[in-house]
Amino acid sequence: MKFHISKRDALPWQKSLFVHVVAILLAVGLIAVLCMTLTGQDPLSVFESIFSGAFGTTRRSWVTLQELSIMLIIALALTPAFKMQFWNIGGEGQVLIGSLTAASCMITLGDKLPNAAVIIIMIIASIAAGAFWGFVPALFKALWNTNETLSTLMMNYIATQLVAFFTIVWEVPKGSGKIGIINSDTMAGWLPQIVNQHFLPIVVALLCTASLFVYLKYTKHGYEITVVGESQNTARYVGIKVEKVVIRTMLLSGGMCGLAGLLLTGGINHTVTTTIAGGMGFTAVMVSWLAKFNPITMVFTSLLIVFMDRGASEVATSCGLNESFSDIMTGIILFFIIGCEFFIRYKINRTKKSGKEA
Amino acid sequence: MFNFVAFIPTAVQQGIPLLYGSTGEILTQKSGNLNLGIPGVMYVGGICGVIGSFIYENHATGALNPFLAIMIPMVCSLLGSLLMGLLYCFLTVTLRANQNVTGLAMTTFGVGFGNFFGGSLIKISKLDVPSITLTKTSAFFSKSLPFAGKLGWFGKIFLSYGFLAYLSIVIALIMAFVFKHTRTGLHLRAVGENPATADAAGINVTKYKYVATCLGCMIAGLGGLYYVMDYASGVWSNDAFGDRGWLAIALVIFTLWKPDLSIFASILFGGLYVLYLYLPTNMAHMEYTELYKMIPYIITLLVLVFTSVRNKRENQPPASLGTNYFREER
Repeated sequence: MKFHISKRDALPWQKSLFVHVVAILLAVGLIAVLCMTLTGQDPLSVFESIFSGAFGTTRRSWVTLQELSIMLIIALALTPAFKMQFWNIGGEGQVLIGSLTAASCMITLGDKLPNAAVIIIMIIASIAAGAFWGFVPALFKALWNTNETLSTLMMNYIATQLVAFFTIVWEVPKGSGKIGIINSDTMAGWLPQIVNQHFLPIVVALLCTASLFVYLKYTKHGYEITVVGESQNTARYVGIKVEKVVIRTMLLSGGMCGLAGLLLTGGINHTVTTTIAGGMGFTAVMVSWLAKFNPITMVFTSLLIVFMDRGASEVATSCGLNESFSDIMTGIILFFIIGCEFFIRYKINRTKKSGKEA
Repeated sequence: MFNFVAFIPTAVQQGIPLLYGSTGEILTQKSGNLNLGIPGVMYVGGICGVIGSFIYENHATGALNPFLAIMIPMVCSLLGSLLMGLLYCFLTVTLRANQNVTGLAMTTFGVGFGNFFGGSLIKISKLDVPSITLTKTSAFFSKSLPFAGKLGWFGKIFLSYGFLAYLSIVIALIMAFVFKHTRTGLHLRAVGENPATADAAGINVTKYKYVATCLGCMIAGLGGLYYVMDYASGVWSNDAFGDRGWLAIALVIFTLWKPDLSIFASILFGGLYVLYLYLPTNMAHMEYTELYKMIPYIITLLVLVFTSVRNKRENQPPASLGTNYFREER
């Protein structure tokens, strides 16, 4: 039997959804088998504890939603860059540098300025710092076509070491190797709590989703990003300044990552560590890609990833296993979804006789 | 006075995992695949070796057979990383998935796999041991030449390493030779530069991509094995391997895709990685050690920018790096 592969036209969304659901079900099935062999429990009870890990109590649901919103903001931040085929793997560093800037404002200005002023400076400074971290690789790309995947990757580790450096500069108490909760007595620079401490990131994430959707779909900037992503030559031909678009989009991308960092430090953790972003800068790449760079779909893909992640750590702790189990589960689901894209983009034609080949 | 005799062996030991990772990734990238999964593959290579020798050490009766003690972890490690390589190839070459996303997913999976089994191996295997400490196996891996100790500083700098260290250098040299002087190397480079042209010339693009990427992963996996078995004396601790996988990818750019250059560059990076331990530090200012650790990344970034500014043709990445080849789409 011979067969050949050809590209197909856009699949109707119902069919494409069906393929995705099948892929996720297959992945979940494989995970169930894995769980059974490793823990000896029946798969149903494993899935029960996954669900209870993510939404079992009110508190857990709030934390899940909060993690979901941070993940969503970072994924949204990377999206405009990806849409113009600029592989910004530097989300992690951009988030970290935003966190660090927020923390430095809290530490150095906390007792000198009124709280409102500190918070305003924090917001501006963190977003600017994230934007700067995105600007550097974008500038190299625009000027000399430097490979952005690798330069943004390096910027991550430069940011990590910067955080490590300042952690020791500001460590409390000396020699502990961590900063601890900043301004725990005065709460200076802590972002205001609406409803509860988990609510603010959720609101910000919703605002970001809506505005990015509009930005990408209905503005001239969004159009330019799409054209640059499709073909740089076409973009030049119609008079779009590609370099300008690259730099502008990366400023936006880095700035939004900086915002996520601000929320992590100012709103949630009130401290900064080298692992505060927790690999979300990398996971967000996959979240954004899974959603086909559509901000609305991204809400669901980040929910999927965060849900699995929190659920799996619950399974792991209840069975006395290592919590990295969640990374394995996330990996398996990703592999299946990555693989199923093929069946959406291409079709396999059987050719019975030679001579019929395309 | 700076203690070179103590510094150089540490730099080499730090450099060897990087050398394995970077030669593996160079081979992969020469075929046009940008495998960002190398950090994950190195974790898998390390933990598979650990699993193999853990089972062997705890089930062997009496003294370990030296041959088996070395071969079991080696084969397990190679198999584990081969499977990762096959997975990457299946997704990107056969199913034409995006290379960046696939690679990152492999890193998530691989690091998780390593840390999971590192943390749960004892519980799963139901053995009553306090921690994963494979000192006996490690002794075989880090055994240096018997007369190395008698040769003073010369022996310490050049002969004090386990066999995997020398193997990595041999692999790098062979790879440099294959790229430059053989037909296979020429074909491989053609696949990485322009797969359509290579295809037209009758080169089996899919085969070259598969073989190069899988071999690359296996070589990189050995880096993980060297790290646990030799450098860490057989003690697995989660996340201890750290960001070395990413540093290995950085080295690929730093060495401009030349495996022979990578031997020196890896040792240099290994040195930079531990340089802070040997510099006179003021105990009141421990923070500067963190800035020293930034040096490898800054240097890599500068080299990356510098090579793109000079734009010399022989120093560029393989032209098709990161893109998939689809014959019907030409």
